[in-house]
Amino acid sequence: MSVFNQSRSRIIRLIFLVAFIIIIAQLFNLQVLSGKFKQLAKDNAVFEKIIYPERGIIYDRKGKAILVNTLIFDLLVTPAEIKNIDTLEFCRLMSISLEEFKKKVTEAAIKNTSVRPSIFEDLLTPSQQARFEENSWRFPGFTMVERPVRSYPFNAAAHILGYISEVSPKQIEQSNDFYRMGDYKGQNGLESYYENILMGQRGVQYLIKDNKNRLVGQYEKGEFDEVSIAGRGLKTYIDIELQQLAEKLMANKVGGLVAIDPKTGGILAMVSGPNFNPNDLTGSDKSKNYGRMSLDVTGPMLNRAINGLYEPGSTFKPIGALVALDEGLITPSYGYPCGGRYFGCGSGKPACTHSGGGHSANLRAAIAYSCNSYFTHLYRMEADNPKYGNVKLGYLKWREYMNKFGLGVKLGVDLPSENKGNIPDTSVYNKENAGRWNSCTNLTLGIGQDKMQATPLQLANAMCLIANKGYYYTPHFVKEIENETEEDTAVINKFRTRHNVLTHIDDSSFSAVIEGMNDVVKFGTARVAQIPGIEVCAKTGTAETYTVLDGRRIKLPNNSMFVCFAPKENPRIAIAVCVQNAGFGATWGGPISRILIEKYLNDTLQKKSVADLERISKADLMPAYFKRLQYKTDSVRAIEWFQKTKDSSYLEKYTSAITKPLPTKPSKKEIPFNKKQGNKDFVIKENENYLRKQKFGKPA
Amino acid sequence: MTQRNPAISKGIDWSLVWIYILLVTIGLIAIFAATYKEGDPILQSFLKFRTDYSKQLYFFFGGGVLALLILLTDSKFFSATANLGYAIGIFALLLVFPLHSNIKGTNSIIKLGAFNFQPAEFCKIFVALALAKFLSRPETDFSKSRSQLIAAGIALLPGVISILQSETGLALVYFSFFIVMYREGLPSVFLLIGFALAALMVGTIVISPNTFALILTGLAVFMIYIFRRQIKRQRGLLLKIVLIWILCVGIQRFAVPYVFKNILQRHQVERIYDLFGIDNPYAEKKEGETAADAKKKKESGSQYNVRQSKIAIGSGRLFGKGILSATQTRGGFVPEQRTDFIFDTVAEGFGFAGCVVLLGLYLLLLFRIVTVAERQRSTFSRCYAYGVASVLFFHIAINVAMTVGLAPVIGIPLPFVSYGGTSLLTFTIMLFILIRLDADRQMVLR
Repeated sequence: MSVFNQSRSRIIRLIFLVAFIIIIAQLFNLQVLSGKFKQLAKDNAVFEKIIYPERGIIYDRKGKAILVNTLIFDLLVTPAEIKNIDTLEFCRLMSISLEEFKKKVTEAAIKNTSVRPSIFEDLLTPSQQARFEENSWRFPGFTMVERPVRSYPFNAAAHILGYISEVSPKQIEQSNDFYRMGDYKGQNGLESYYENILMGQRGVQYLIKDNKNRLVGQYEKGEFDEVSIAGRGLKTYIDIELQQLAEKLMANKVGGLVAIDPKTGGILAMVSGPNFNPNDLTGSDKSKNYGRMSLDVTGPMLNRAINGLYEPGSTFKPIGALVALDEGLITPSYGYPCGGRYFGCGSGKPACTHSGGGHSANLRAAIAYSCNSYFTHLYRMEADNPKYGNVKLGYLKWREYMNKFGLGVKLGVDLPSENKGNIPDTSVYNKENAGRWNSCTNLTLGIGQDKMQATPLQLANAMCLIANKGYYYTPHFVKEIENETEEDTAVINKFRTRHNVLTHIDDSSFSAVIEGMNDVVKFGTARVAQIPGIEVCAKTGTAETYTVLDGRRIKLPNNSMFVCFAPKENPRIAIAVCVQNAGFGATWGGPISRILIEKYLNDTLQKKSVADLERISKADLMPAYFKRLQYKTDSVRAIEWFQKTKDSSYLEKYTSAITKPLPTKPSKKEIPFNKKQGNKDFVIKENENYLRKQKFGKPA
Repeated sequence: MTQRNPAISKGIDWSLVWIYILLVTIGLIAIFAATYKEGDPILQSFLKFRTDYSKQLYFFFGGGVLALLILLTDSKFFSATANLGYAIGIFALLLVFPLHSNIKGTNSIIKLGAFNFQPAEFCKIFVALALAKFLSRPETDFSKSRSQLIAAGIALLPGVISILQSETGLALVYFSFFIVMYREGLPSVFLLIGFALAALMVGTIVISPNTFALILTGLAVFMIYIFRRQIKRQRGLLLKIVLIWILCVGIQRFAVPYVFKNILQRHQVERIYDLFGIDNPYAEKKEGETAADAKKKKESGSQYNVRQSKIAIGSGRLFGKGILSATQTRGGFVPEQRTDFIFDTVAEGFGFAGCVVLLGLYLLLLFRIVTVAERQRSTFSRCYAYGVASVLFFHIAINVAMTVGLAPVIGIPLPFVSYGGTSLLTFTIMLFILIRLDADRQMVLR
């Protein structure tokens, strides 16, 4: 019996041992073999708090900060901590309804549990903030957290500076998950182009959270934390006072304006009309404002200075002359017998403004009097240059010159989404004319018409080319990057490279062009730009525009084009202005340019200019057809919205409007659709393209 | 307990005492790690009776006093009062029914002033003593099934009462006394039947009912084929095999589902199925509840404990994170960590190495108790020692197995380490009665 029981004691020990071995084996499996638990525990307990650095500040040429950071407050709620508060009083202070209050608190509790703080109201208005701050002690459970927001102290340069907003899921994907949900990213303008420099480097703080996701302390005493590095600042060429003045001048107008310092290529001012206040896209009303602007057919958020396509018209003439001079086809003394019309192609077109002869005895006179025949002829000389064999090769050479001047190609300005304008390829003409065409087909290219389209930036840059007598720097805004690194230098060096595009033109030939432009101001079409004590060189242009509305082709008032630079000797500013549908080049573009030159060079305005400034800034030149177009676009969108969502809230406005009189159509002379002029619909096309991208949002 | 008093210290097994002190100390550290909050004044908290670790420390001191009293008691006292003690224990258990206070889903706790009192916990001592007393009676012939039945009754009666108090975990502990009975000559066939029943139960859970019935039938046919010669000679064998087959299928088909549906509570069934990673087929689906909903609910419910416990243990790796850097512990991700899941604290803080040391200590303790048991001259002492070893083994094995996901979650504490006064004092008393009996091992107690 004893022996038998002794063996059982051994079996009992064995049972103990086996059980322990099984447990230890499982422990070995969990703790040593399986690696996933460490990460799971970290996911459980470690919270990565992203520390956002301050974004870089942007300065103007005089060192004034034109884009800075300010603090705005979010109101957070921790539902579990709300105790004994006067809810009605709170609702009154925050101007919300009781239902809204209940809904928001419940939502917060559902989304983020009741023990963690979640956003109750983001981006408080200053008055809400003040009211809450005074009474915060009465409302346990509610706290304010600051959030840095971009702010534009001069309320100017919206299109240049751009804005930041939360990254979209698509952008996160495109960035290979560099950005995370809730990150802000520059979405336009310099904010976008210099995102890497302005954003700085995000920091990460690792914090320990508990089972209810409350943060309870630092992880590993902050050993793995990464310090955030503030974004670096940008010094720009922008003259903020000039910019503000230019924006004032372009108020209530559609078009673009660019002012460049020819010596550096630095852009002093750039305006697109219609304009908006950049502060509209920060702060509490930003989404409302964004929605409103993106549905506006006038396209306030479109930068027409780099995206508006305009027919240069006569402003192109001095540029065209450069080709003939560089090719050695003419000398400044070259004259063309113009009797008021060009008969080189037999049709007598184009006609000249000056009906009599003798306004094209030499290059200088031809520019001064803006002789159409002369410059048409110069274009044909290059296209039919025997050196190149046939018109297509000749044309390609001419086109190459244009591209060298920055026309028909992207200049590479430091803004996203620049348009390259249009200098058509031979294939376009081949297609239109079944391969058979000659220099008569597109002769008006010589006077900046036909299919030629340029942005205000390109025209201003071409002025720099003339002002500098043969070279330009790629137009750009940023002069210096704070603590510039080698990497930055690589980015910014292209703006410091001089483009010597015209090397075969001697000084005196350039002088003929410049003097011609000076004559335009002295006694030609740009007399309005005369400034006592400053020799201004300029060229006006007037381009016909059309649009198609309600199935009819409508002629719109002409685009007013104006290009200039000053002073004649040692030029310091070059300007290109286009005011859409405003009339003659000199009427609006002229005085606008004059005021800007005065401001920039003299820092004061003469009496006449002060009066002009008053008059121009108050002039409303918004084309009338926009009203009708807006109505149409909105109603079409309302229908589409209704079809998609069965939500008739937008549509009602239009169905009820049937009983009301419709907005009057612009009473412009209707012109039958003309195939040859078909390309001139660019104004409206630009808007349509722009609008096509915009989606209908939620009701504001 | 001091060496200076030869009367008390004589014959004491110091190795057991040291293992005991070590384990309680580990427990104190673990409870401290699980409940310490950043910035608590440690010394002050330890001295005041406010935090869990300070309470446990005072329970430890209280345990020391009790141990001293036990060592001062004559060892005959324990055998003499065994039956009386058992009666008191059962009475206390029954007292729970009218007097219990409702604390976290259990009906087994009596509130006495500031203390919570759980009779089912300390009743183990009386059962161990009473069983030892019964088995050591000269007139008991344990080879008779009558005696075996009485012994089983003594062991299981408190268990049955505990089940009625929805303390299934504590009830199961009483099954561990079968180890004592096995040592004292319970036929091996019972052990085999126990294993067979367990296998049958696991099979029922894991394998689908029809397949499992087929497998059982196949097994029966196979047995008949193997024993075909013997069957020819002895018809009764065939009948036996068929009867066993019917019994097995019956259990698989009817008994197990009946137990799951009617005896066990829903969450207990849930935990058993979670252990095997199978959806509970007895769960009543709520209307409109999709499978995904149910899964989500499970993850936050019954599976949450074990999942977080596994994360805590697994993330400890080989050498652990250090006692106060253990994020799972400090963040309170494992529910009931200071009590039933205290093992996680050790595993996360000290890693696999720490676990092996702790389990090694336990194994040493168990083996030492078996050794002590085998050197007793008196059957009473031996049976009691085996009783202690069995109860400790069951607690340790099931508790740790539950934290690593090898056993369903039943709320039983880890001896000497888990927070809880009743539990610590119960095990202290159990162990020191053993030490006291062992000190008088030359004496024959009845």
